[in-house]
Amino acid sequence: MAQITLAKGITMGLRKAMEADPKVLVMGEDVGKLGGVFRVTDGLQKDFGEDRVIDTPLAESGIIGTAIGLALRGYRPVCEIQFDGFVYPAFDQIVSQLAKMRARALGKISLPVVVRIPVGGGIGAVEHHSESNEAYFAHTAGLKVVACSNPVDAYFMVQQAVASDDPVILYEPKRRYWEKADLDESLTLENAMSLYSARVAREGTDITVAAYGPMVKTCLEAATAAAEEGKSLEVIDLRSLSPLDMPTVRASVEKTGRLVVVHEAPTFLGMGAELAARVTEQCFYSLEAPVLRVGGFNTPYPPSRVEEEYLPDLDRVLDAVDRSLAY
Amino acid sequence: MTDRAVEATSEPAGRVPVAPSEPQLVQLLTPEGERVHHPDYDVDLSDEELRGLYRDLVLVRRVDAEATALQRQGELGIWASLLGQEAAQVGSGRAMREDDYAFPTYREHGVAWCRGVDPLNLLGLFRGVNHGGWDPNEKNFHLYTIVIGAQTLHATGYAMGMQKDGAESAVIAYFGDGATSQGDVNEAFIYASVFNAPVVFFCQNNQWAISEPIEKQSRIPLYQRAMGFGFPGIRVDGNDVLAVLAVTKAALQNAREGSGPTLVEAYTYRMGAHTTSDDPTRYRLTDELESWKLKDPVERMKAYLVRTGKVDQAFLDALEAESDELAAHVRKGCLEMPDPEPLSIFDHVYAERHPLVEEEREQFRAYLETFEGSDH
Repeated sequence: MAQITLAKGITMGLRKAMEADPKVLVMGEDVGKLGGVFRVTDGLQKDFGEDRVIDTPLAESGIIGTAIGLALRGYRPVCEIQFDGFVYPAFDQIVSQLAKMRARALGKISLPVVVRIPVGGGIGAVEHHSESNEAYFAHTAGLKVVACSNPVDAYFMVQQAVASDDPVILYEPKRRYWEKADLDESLTLENAMSLYSARVAREGTDITVAAYGPMVKTCLEAATAAAEEGKSLEVIDLRSLSPLDMPTVRASVEKTGRLVVVHEAPTFLGMGAELAARVTEQCFYSLEAPVLRVGGFNTPYPPSRVEEEYLPDLDRVLDAVDRSLAY
Repeated sequence: MTDRAVEATSEPAGRVPVAPSEPQLVQLLTPEGERVHHPDYDVDLSDEELRGLYRDLVLVRRVDAEATALQRQGELGIWASLLGQEAAQVGSGRAMREDDYAFPTYREHGVAWCRGVDPLNLLGLFRGVNHGGWDPNEKNFHLYTIVIGAQTLHATGYAMGMQKDGAESAVIAYFGDGATSQGDVNEAFIYASVFNAPVVFFCQNNQWAISEPIEKQSRIPLYQRAMGFGFPGIRVDGNDVLAVLAVTKAALQNAREGSGPTLVEAYTYRMGAHTTSDDPTRYRLTDELESWKLKDPVERMKAYLVRTGKVDQAFLDALEAESDELAAHVRKGCLEMPDPEPLSIFDHVYAERHPLVEEEREQFRAYLETFEGSDH
């Protein structure tokens, strides 16, 4: 048992993946000597060489576009996009090429490319460094989109993403990079939960709260606070946004009759909207209240001095819980 | 190596440096079909090989004409004709070895032919029965890429992979003059340059990006752009199949030997419309087309072969018969191409299972089955 941070979980997972398969490459801006701006790739270039841990030119479309070419040649590139807001120059390569090329080839090729994106706010950063853009990619057929919320998941999910023959966008909650947890290193991928399964992070009976990435911790804290007031929150860590693990969500909502979805991204056309629609379709007769959403506002991500107000926090989650329970 | 090196331009009074004059093209065959020589580039081909190149040019033009006819008859939704660019495509296509790899745009029917891809395969996309669908690895010929310039990055990445494998192979990235304005193409130049990737950037400058003339893309000859990226650029007569073959072979060999990328600008002309949906009479003069007809890539090769007695009438007759047969194969195959089954749209979205895809497939299947007497 070793105590690791979430960032270290990714590092260790990448190292495992690189050891297991010589075709696995790490590429991105500053991922080599520096070890990435969050030090997630720390030490990898030293151990695996510049041929496998590649400092790329500062051109995100180039990162993804060349990763596609490398994948066509039989490599398994893991691309780091330095910050969420820097993925847009690569948007075309991701949605028009990476996502669609397999279908274009009628399945004759696969593109095992992982795109790691540190996501979300809460670190006092300047503009473009705090965004939550998962809905764009979850909306795109051909991509898988997953989000880790804790160090152990980080360790396994990055390895599972690398092992997938489909392109995977892996969101890493940047403000949770320094959260710690114990990792049992004797566990192997075979012991790990499926990459595409949601996890009931805390069992409860009164209301379901679904979240992913950085908001899972917030929701677990809200559940602890609510328990002191006698309210039992069931917290689901969705983990995978595409595909969505609807059976797990459905089972929970059928039990509690209520659902609040929490994410940092703006609520309009976000993951919460999709969950609300699906839960309404699938659990209509179990619902005691409309599905509520807690999320970012439909504004550009604000200057960091007001991000604490902008970001969903424990109180906003509990407010939504109270509103749901009032029905 | 005057053509490979970028000529220094004297700074004129104006703000922007301009080329002193229209640069010299590498040429081995004049528009009249006269064999000329170049100090740096040459080909040494047997008569049979020369006849083979001519055969390629003729057959590729015939397939293109048949596809245009099929579009006019409503059998294809659209067709992007290569008319006028046959030499650029056949010359570069035949410069490749089997282990090299090509990343085409949607107009590289001539390259596809050289790679051994059945022309029928190309039609699926234009008929609307698939988005490509051939196995890129079967002939080392990637799928047509429609987003302008995107494939140059794939080509560069693929070349980086070859380099990591220690393979002595190279990649050709095809694109047009319009694409040189795209960010992806410029990023591809940078990646290829700094990683010294074995890739040849093959730009068919056909003078027009739909309605926009080359002046809307560049104020310097395109091949000179390479200097800024740190690798050689060269302009070749794109209507001269021998020159294109010689220049591309050299560029590929340089790439295989570790000398990095080259930009080849094949100076040519799009003699037809951008696609069958386009009307070039709205934006260009007939005079221009007429002047390029005198430089026709197929006629020039024929003139050379006839004048030097390398072909006789029997060869030409047999080739015509072969062309007609190929066209009939394309026509028949096109008409017989089945529409895809509606449920097949779910088949290849992911390599692994995806519950939403499966759920929607089942829902759609059930919906289709509600239609009595439905074929589905």
